[in-house]
Parts: sequence; C-alpha cells; structure tokens
Amino acid sequence: MQNNKIADDKLIIGGREFRSRFILGSGKYSMQLIEAAVQQAGAELITLAVRRANSREQENILAHIPPGVTLLPNTSGARNAQEAVRIARLARELGCGDLVKIEIMRDSKYLLPDNPETVRACALLAEEGFVPLPYMYPDLNTARDLQAAGAAAVMPLAAPIGSNRGLATRDFIQILIEEIDLPIIVDAGIGRPSQACEAMEMGAAAIMANTALATAGDLPLMAQAFRQAIEAGRKAYLAGLGRVLSRGAAASDPLTGFLRD
Amino acid sequence: MSNIEPTDIMAYLPGMEQIESDVCRQVMSHWQEYDATAYNAYDAAAVQAALARPHCDIEDFKALLSPAAEPFLEQMAARASQETARHFGNTVYLFTPLYLANYCENYCVYCGFNCRKQIKRQKLSTQQMEQEMQLIADSGMEEILLLTGESRQMSDVPYIGEACRLARQYFRLVGLEVYPLNTAEYRYLHECGADYVTVFQETYDQAAYARLHLRGPKRVWPYRFAAQERALRAGMRGVACSALLGLADFRRDALASALHVYYLQRQYPQAEFSLSCPRLRPVGDEAAQLPPTLSERQLCQILCAYRIFLPYVGITVSSRESEAFRNGIVKIAATKISAGVSTGVGDHAQKYHQETATADLTASEQFVIDDSRSLPQMYADMAAAGLQPVLNDYLYV
Repeated sequence: MQNNKIADDKLIIGGREFRSRFILGSGKYSMQLIEAAVQQAGAELITLAVRRANSREQENILAHIPPGVTLLPNTSGARNAQEAVRIARLARELGCGDLVKIEIMRDSKYLLPDNPETVRACALLAEEGFVPLPYMYPDLNTARDLQAAGAAAVMPLAAPIGSNRGLATRDFIQILIEEIDLPIIVDAGIGRPSQACEAMEMGAAAIMANTALATAGDLPLMAQAFRQAIEAGRKAYLAGLGRVLSRGAAASDPLTGFLRD
Repeated sequence: MSNIEPTDIMAYLPGMEQIESDVCRQVMSHWQEYDATAYNAYDAAAVQAALARPHCDIEDFKALLSPAAEPFLEQMAARASQETARHFGNTVYLFTPLYLANYCENYCVYCGFNCRKQIKRQKLSTQQMEQEMQLIADSGMEEILLLTGESRQMSDVPYIGEACRLARQYFRLVGLEVYPLNTAEYRYLHECGADYVTVFQETYDQAAYARLHLRGPKRVWPYRFAAQERALRAGMRGVACSALLGLADFRRDALASALHVYYLQRQYPQAEFSLSCPRLRPVGDEAAQLPPTLSERQLCQILCAYRIFLPYVGITVSSRESEAFRNGIVKIAATKISAGVSTGVGDHAQKYHQETATADLTASEQFVIDDSRSLPQMYADMAAAGLQPVLNDYLYV
C-alpha cells in the first residue's frame, strides 16, 4: 500500500498542482531529445528561453514540447527589470501562459543573477498577473523581498550555472528552506543525481536541471536517474531523516543521571 | 572625418574620438612580453599544469598557446569540448554576412577590396538591399551581419543606418562589420537596429600593422583598437574581436585577441563577447609579403586555448575554412558558423537562388571562401552531427 504522504504529495506553484518535482531545461540539447527527456524525467514543467522560442525557424522549439507539459518561459537575455518584464509579456503573447521564471543577469561570464533587479521585476510581473518564479543568488533578505513582491516560488542557485558543481551554496539554501514559506526550487549547478537527491532531502521543493543532462553521455537515461534521485530525496525528506551522531555513540549512562528532581 | 593621410599609425586624425581607457595598455603589455623567446620557454609541465586547473588564468593561457602545447592538442580538444558543452550545450548558431558595398579608402596589402585593386566598385541601393535581404530571409536565416568596405565617403553612416533599419524588418539580429566609428555614430546605428559590432584589429603588432596598412584612415591603429569599447558605450549588446591570423606572429596575435575580450569583459561585464579566428587567405601575389600561414593544427590549438581560457565567449569560424575543419571544430570549440556565404556585393541572388535580377551587380570577392554550404545544407549537416542548429537566440528588449 502506498504511503499517504507520497500519495498526497504535490508541488503547488501559484495554485497549480504538479506531481513531478523535476523541472527540466530545454536549451542545451537537440530538440529531438526533448520528448524522450520529458518522458524519462517524468517532468511536468519545462523551461524555455523566450528568445529561442521567438523564432521563425521551421524547427521551432515549441513544436517539440509534448502536450500536457507546462511551459515555464524564462527571461534570459534580460539585463534589468524592465527588460525582464518585456520578455515576459512576449512570452504571454506567444501563448506560454502566466508562469515566468525571472532571469536577470548583468554578467556574461558567470551568468550570476542580479538580486535587486530580480526583486523589482518580480513586483512588476506580479502586478501584471504573472506567476513569477525568480532565479536568485541564495540570500535570505532577497528571498523575503521576493516573497513580499509576489513570488510563487524562489529558485536559488546551487552553484554557477552550467558548472555541474553541486550544492556549493548548501548552507544558504538550507536557510531559505527553513525561513521562507514558498517552494524553494534549487536551480543551476546541480551536476549529479546524488546532489539533486541531497537537495531534496534538505527540503527543497523541486530541482531544475539542464546542463547535467545535456552533457551526459545518454540524456534520457540521465533524466531517468535524476527522476529517481529526486523522488528518493523527497521520500527521505517526508520520512524524516534519522539522527546523525556527531561524535561516537550515544552514552548509555546519561550525563544528567545524577539529577534528583 | 579628415582626408589627411596618416603617417604615424598611433596619431589620431581629426574627427576620430579618443576615449579614456586602460584596456589597450593592459592587452599590449602582455603582447609585448609574449615574444618568441617567452613563448618558447614554456614546457610540457606548464601545459599540463594549465590543463589540470579548473580555471585557466592568463599565464595558463600563454602556455596553451605556446609551441610546447602542440603535442597536447588532443587533450586540449577534450577539455575545450567539455567547456563548450557546459556553456553552450550542443547548440551551434548560424548566420550569414551581407556585403552592402566594397568601396574602400584603405590600402591593406593583403585584401581583395583594397583601394589599389582594379575591381568593380559598387554599393547596393535600398531596393537592392531589400532584394538581397528578402532572398536571405526566405532561406530561413534570422541573423545577418552587414558589411561594407571601409569608405566613409561612399558608405556613410546614414547609408549603414538605412541598411540596419531595413535588416531589422527581415532578421532577428543585425550585426555590423564596418569601419570603426565614434560613440555617437554607434549609438545612432544601435537606434537603427544594429546590436552587435565586429571589428578585426588585423594585427596587434603595430610595426607589422604599419607595413601592411599603407594608406587610409585605417592606418590609425589605436582608433581601431578602441572601436569595441566605443560600441559598448553606445549601448550595443555585444562585440567581437579578432586578429587576421597569419599577418604577423599568430601566437602573439591570438594572445592579444583573447586578452582584448578578457579586459573588455572586466570593464563591461554585461556585454556579450565573441572571438573570430580568420586565417589569412592572401589574394594574388601579396602572399609573398607575408609570413607562412598557420596550419589547421595550429589554428585548432588557438581555438582550444580560447575556449579553455574564455569558456563563456562565442567563437565564430569563418567560411574561409574548409567544410571538414568547420564540421570538426564545432564539436570542440566553435559556437557559430556562417552559411550561405558570399563575399561579393549583391551575390546572393545569383549564387544561391539562380535568379538574374541582381546578377549584374556581382563584383569581385573580398577573400576566397572554402566552405560554400547553403543554409539548408549546413542545418542538415549540423543536425546529422548531433548538434542543434540555432537560427535565433536573441531578443531586442
């Protein structure tokens, strides 16, 4: 019999319910592989760069997204809040819906998100009825500001985008998980299924990955591995991790046994 | 701009804007130091150390460009390929150049368009531009690079601006490769629709530059060097740098080209950057005046070193290179290649569409192209190689 905790477990973003906690990127591999990746990942959300979708080319990336999968357009290419808003509006015009992942970078080398501009964009987009999911550097104050500005989830980076380095910002993501009452979706830098699993054990709501799959030898197989790792991490989180003893075994005679009342 | 003939290549002509910048000094101090004695002093251990480091610094880059790295080409290619995949996945961007005019005021001894060449000079009229753009757009192309010969008189800024406005109606991204301009002129062309500026320095070796550029405003070396910076200050989204490899010591020129991008990026971190890597293909008997060209292996070494040192930078490979080379290098380091290329003015109609409407325009070509694949051919070849061709990844916002 399936545990109720699992049966009832859903990722809720802006009122939408998802069973999968694996958000797939689409930008770094062949369009022909998207369908297989989605299937093996069990993904219900796939990100899409609006600048790639805004193409006349016959092989438009939108045509490769399987039906039933929710699009999460991103604002990559935006250098400030105003540009992000313009890109989000274009996404809406293209029929991508109201969900939008805010990506604002002022640095072409590391592609690190600009937190203050992201907060501004979040407020503007929420006002226009979008469901903003901001990509951000994991900073508690910024996350609080994003929540106040109307974010539907917060997407902190684990490591520099494309680096496959894993949870370099582990401790700061943990703080967001503990302090922010929104889904915390770990985005960027996750390179291995084991790292995705660890983030889920910590209490992350979902994982977003792209490069880890795109650079794998067998993309659909790696998508499946991530799916299983994310599911395992989620189950471990729901189960409640066992305690870890920091030094040796627990004393059989309690240190406070001498106390009489 | 003045018609005075420059003699000292370091002296600006009247009308040429001078900007405050430290980029030139930074780049050229490394160029100065990296002479043959210096680069021949690197050994296998330095190359192996460079390849072992997760982030390659300038010193590592110098080792990777040195002759000591030649035996490590396969290892360099493996590392470069990983960096390319991490930053760009398997995407390869396709674009085409459109030559608007071939009038030129400069005497660059190696160039098929130089002012001493007895070639048919012409420029496209508005109607002809539209015709060419329509044909190129019909082929599916979404990014265009507009080029002119370097004549302010015959291809003035309003003329280029008109071409940009037209091109924006047909293409998603308009790049420029024209003579260097002042900031206000770049700003105007940005407003007209251009968003990316390519200027080749030709060579960073000032003595060789003086020998190879005998007449015309192009002789002023530092005005050319600062063109990208003026373009960025004018609001352009990105810029491309390169030397024409083979005009002088290619290792020093490759070093300076990459450092030009490196130091610009530190000043303008929001901008996008790319490197090109044209190898000189001399036209006519000028070849005798130049050093022996670099081999494909040496060009590959340079591109691998570029990728390892600057993993986030776009690398464009010219149609001067062969189909086999371009097919191979896009799997290692290159991220952008041209397709459907014609380097003559008004050639597209005749070459790829078998139409005669603008055939009478066809003039001499600037350089000899080796890879003449059309867009559909290139798209199919890249997809067959497991790469994802991308025609547009760009938004004007």
